Parts: sequence; structure tokens; C-alpha cells
Amino acid sequence: MFQIRIHGRGGQGVVSAAEMLSVAAFLEGRFAQAFPSFGSERMGAPVMAFCRIDDKEIRLREPVLDPDALIVQDPTLLHQVDLFKGLRRTGYILINSTRGFDELGMQEFVRGFRPSHLCAIAATELALKHVGRAVPNVPLLAGFAAITREVKLDSVIAAIREKFPPAVADRNVAAATEAYATSQRKTESSHAQAD
Amino acid sequence: MLKQIEGSQAMAEAISRCRPEVICAYPITPQTHIVEGLGERVKTGELQNCEFINVESEFAAMSVAIGACAAGARTYTATASQGLLFMAEAVYNAAGLGLPIVMTIGNRAIGAPINIWNDHSDSMSMRDAGWIQLYAETNQEALDLHIQAFRLAEELSCPVMVCVDGFILTHAYDRVDVPAQDRVDAYLPPFRPRQILDPAQPVSIGAMVGPEAFMEVRYLAHHKQLRALRLIPRLSEEFRRHFGRGSGGLLRTYRTEDAETIVVALGSVNGTIQEVVDEMRTAGSRIGSVSICAFRPFPLAALRQALEQAKRVVVIEKSLAVGLGGHLSDGVRKSLSGIVLNGYTVIAGLGGRAITRQSLRQLFKDAEADELDQVTFLDLNADLVAHELEREAQARESGPTAEAILRRIGTVASQIN
Repeated sequence: MFQIRIHGRGGQGVVSAAEMLSVAAFLEGRFAQAFPSFGSERMGAPVMAFCRIDDKEIRLREPVLDPDALIVQDPTLLHQVDLFKGLRRTGYILINSTRGFDELGMQEFVRGFRPSHLCAIAATELALKHVGRAVPNVPLLAGFAAITREVKLDSVIAAIREKFPPAVADRNVAAATEAYATSQRKTESSHAQAD
Repeated sequence: MLKQIEGSQAMAEAISRCRPEVICAYPITPQTHIVEGLGERVKTGELQNCEFINVESEFAAMSVAIGACAAGARTYTATASQGLLFMAEAVYNAAGLGLPIVMTIGNRAIGAPINIWNDHSDSMSMRDAGWIQLYAETNQEALDLHIQAFRLAEELSCPVMVCVDGFILTHAYDRVDVPAQDRVDAYLPPFRPRQILDPAQPVSIGAMVGPEAFMEVRYLAHHKQLRALRLIPRLSEEFRRHFGRGSGGLLRTYRTEDAETIVVALGSVNGTIQEVVDEMRTAGSRIGSVSICAFRPFPLAALRQALEQAKRVVVIEKSLAVGLGGHLSDGVRKSLSGIVLNGYTVIAGLGGRAITRQSLRQLFKDAEADELDQVTFLDLNADLVAHELEREAQARESGPTAEAILRRIGTVASQIN
């Protein structure tokens, strides 16, 4: 089982991201479960959503406490929420930021993580460029697909098309496609550095 | 057809395929998405021959449901939490009149303190209203139970509540198989009401009944539920033959064959319990679990059969019978009349507190060692409670409890669970 925890703020499409990710996995014939952390559903309040992907039926109903991957939609949460709780050193971290992990002051924390498992992408900027709204969820999902290979970009795109009306979907697909390429380039270069 | 959709949407699709003729509802979290989905289907014409009635309150929702059902319409509504309490008088009336209304409860806590999260306090408050109560373990079962519920309700002329864990199921995206319309039609025939208000053949429904006959009318309501004990497994079996998957029934056992410790619970927490049972079985424990689907009527005989060889039973309850312990434990103990085994009541998950594998693992180990109290509160913050009791002991004018507790724990937005 592969478990994902998504952190963000109300209004950033955190719950939709988990839902789309579960749809993408489902489209690949896998079992998936997505659910929100419920509660403080106010614009700007810290929110979480969870997704599990497996090859068999998922019975577990607890929140994702020991994620394999963490998606951080808002880097200002770094100082407010215990984001990394339960994350193992073999896990993945994807952060929405124009800055790298070092610049975010995380070089100490991420020591021991595989470089190819760490990715910072300017998801808000990509969303503004393609969609016209500061909703970073879709570019981050594409980035997730690129660094973890748990789902294919095509499946993420299909999930986007299920979620949004055609015109909005097209713009999100453009954002996803660029985010995927950027994330892939970044992880490839970190692979190269690691070699 | 296999789909990856939200539980509420899955239920809306299934209910729509049951061809309800009147849907009346008042929105309340976490039930809202179900009736929104149905409202949309009525508006687009996907659900034909159905009137969607927006009402001004839950009391009105059940009152309209009573009228519609008495007039011979297949009738559906849904609610949760305070909404169910607000409709309480009409809930009893629907059952007393024997009207086969189907209602979804998106299970949620009851205030005060106000809380929108999941537990079973709401449906438990109506456990003796005369409705059949079925609890769904998964979203597939939530979907399937609605199809069975209309059949069950109409065969018995008794209302049925389908209880679905709020958020945990209603708001979760899962893989579900949504049956095609013709398959549902073949399983669920059109509604043939046992009683109907028809101007062409006038009757009255709802007579005042004095001491000379009230007991008999009430006994017949009980008798109806006893008949449901036979009908529920039959409809579940027929469902399995028809749709190719098991859903519903009175209860389901999981790895209980040689179990010394058996865990009993209602609803979605059974999935997490089964995960822990598997882990502990691998480590050599003789543990199993029972998921109870039918809480009313309560399956005394079936449960007794499942538990009689065990050494101990652990009942996980998502509701609190304040001053006593749990509601489910009452039934479990009754089912064990004359059998001596250790019984433990565990109050868990109140107001949406996560029930985790880690906590269950420790709990079941303590149970195996018979080191549990009769009533345990899972993951209770004992320090917080002790501090508040101390504070209240210090001053007569100690002020409101909930607010004091919140001040003590500070901000919670930073916590994962």
C-alpha cells in the first residue's frame, strides 16, 4: 500500500487533489481511497486530505499517519503544522515553492532522504500561468506522478477531465503537463547528482 | 459499473435506481451530498416520476415523508445529528404507523458541545423508535444496503434507517460497483403498499388507541422486527445471487473460527479492526471480529453462535450511554445470557477522534491479558481530564467545561490526529 498525505489551506483544492489522485489510480485498475481530514473547512485554514493506493481492497479507515509521500501545497505551513509526522526517510516530499529545500531552510531535515524523492515546484505560478487561479493542486499531482511513478501522467490527465468542465480541464491539463516535465527534469538531475 | 466516486454520490446513484417517488430533505452535514445528488438527478430528468420537496426543517422532512408514504409513494429522506433529534417525534410516528420509509443517517455526533464529526450518537438515540437499523461497513455496502432497504421496508411495511459513517464513508472516494437500472428493477419490484390513503376508497390511518389495544399494536411492531431477523438474511442472500456480491445480512464474522478474543463493532471501523486482527493473527494471537450490520432487530441468536466459544469479547462503541457505558454492549451481553466470558466495553472515536491501528493493537493486547476495565475510553487524554476535574474542584464558579478544555489544549490546527 502507498499512502499520501496532502497538506494545504482551505481553498487550495487539497481535497480535490486527493480525490483526483484516487481516480487516476482507479483508472489504472488499482484500488484507491481518498478522504479529507474534515472539520476546519474555512478559506485559509490548514487542511489535510489523504489517499491510499493498493493492489487489493483497502479496509483501513484511519487517517494517513505514516505516509509514503507528502504533498505540501502551501510552504507557509512549514512553521505551523507538524507536516512531516510519520514520514519515513524513504518517503517522498513534494513542496509548492519557487525555492529549493535549502532555501526553505530544510537542508538539515531532509538529510538522509534520497535527492530524487525531494521536489520543489512552483505550482502556484504554473497554476496562475495556465489556469489563471492560484490553485496549486493539479501541478503538484503531476509532479507527484513524475517523482513517485505511482500513477501515470495520462491517468492524472484523465482524472482532471473527470473533475472539471472541458475548458477548465484543458487549462489544468496544460498546467499538469508542464509541471510533470519540470519535475521529471529536476528528479533526473538529482539522479545525475546522486550518481 | 465500476466507478471511483464519493460515497454520497454512490448512494445517490443507488437510491435513484430504486425509483423513489418522493424525496424530501433538509440539508445537514454530513448527509448533504446525498440529497444534493438526488436533487440534481430529479432536475436533469435522470430520475423520473419523482418529486423532490425542499422542506423547512427535519421535522417537516419526516412529516412530508409520512404523508407521501401513506399516499402510496416510495419515499426517501436523509439526515444526521441534531437533524434526527429535531425530527424525533415524526420518526416514532413513521414506525408506529408502519410506513416503509427509507432514511439514510450520515452518522454524526450530537451536541453539546457542537461537533460535526462522526460517531453513532445520532442513530443510537433513535434505536428504539421502531425503525430497522442497518450499519454499512464500506461504501459498496452503503450503496447495496439502500437497495435492500427498500425491499425490506416494503415487504414488512416498516421503515428502515441505513446508517453510514459520516465523512469516513460519506466523503470518501472509493471503488464501487453501481448496478444497472434493469438489475435493480429485477431485485426491487414496484411498491405495493399494505395501506394507502386514497380518496376513492377512504380509510383513516393514525387512530388513537387506548389501553385496550395499545399493547397489542406495540407487540405487533416487535413481532415485525422479529420477522425481519429472518427476512434480512434472506434478502441479503438473494442480493448475493442477483448481484454477485455479499452485502448486508445480520452480521459477518471475520476469522472467528478458533478465536479466544472476539471484537464486535458497527460500521466502517470494522475495516481497521480486520487489519489489526490480521496482524495479530500473523503474530500468533487467536483473535477475530464480528461486524454487526443489523442493530435493530438485534441478532441475539446469530451473535450468540458467533461468540459462544470465545473466552472474551471486546465491544467497540462509537456512542456513549452516559452513566452506563455503551449501547451495543447491552445487546452483546443479552446474546450471551448463561454463557460466562469476559466482556469489555470500549468507547472509541467519539466526535470524530481517529480510531487507529496502533491504539486498537494495544487495546486488544490488553484484552488478551484480561487487563481492561469493564468500560474503557480509547485514547482518552487522562491528564486533560484530571486537570479539569482539579480546576472544577478548586472553585464553585468554574465556568463552562468545554471552553476550559479548549483553552487548555490550545490550537489544534497543527495536529495530524
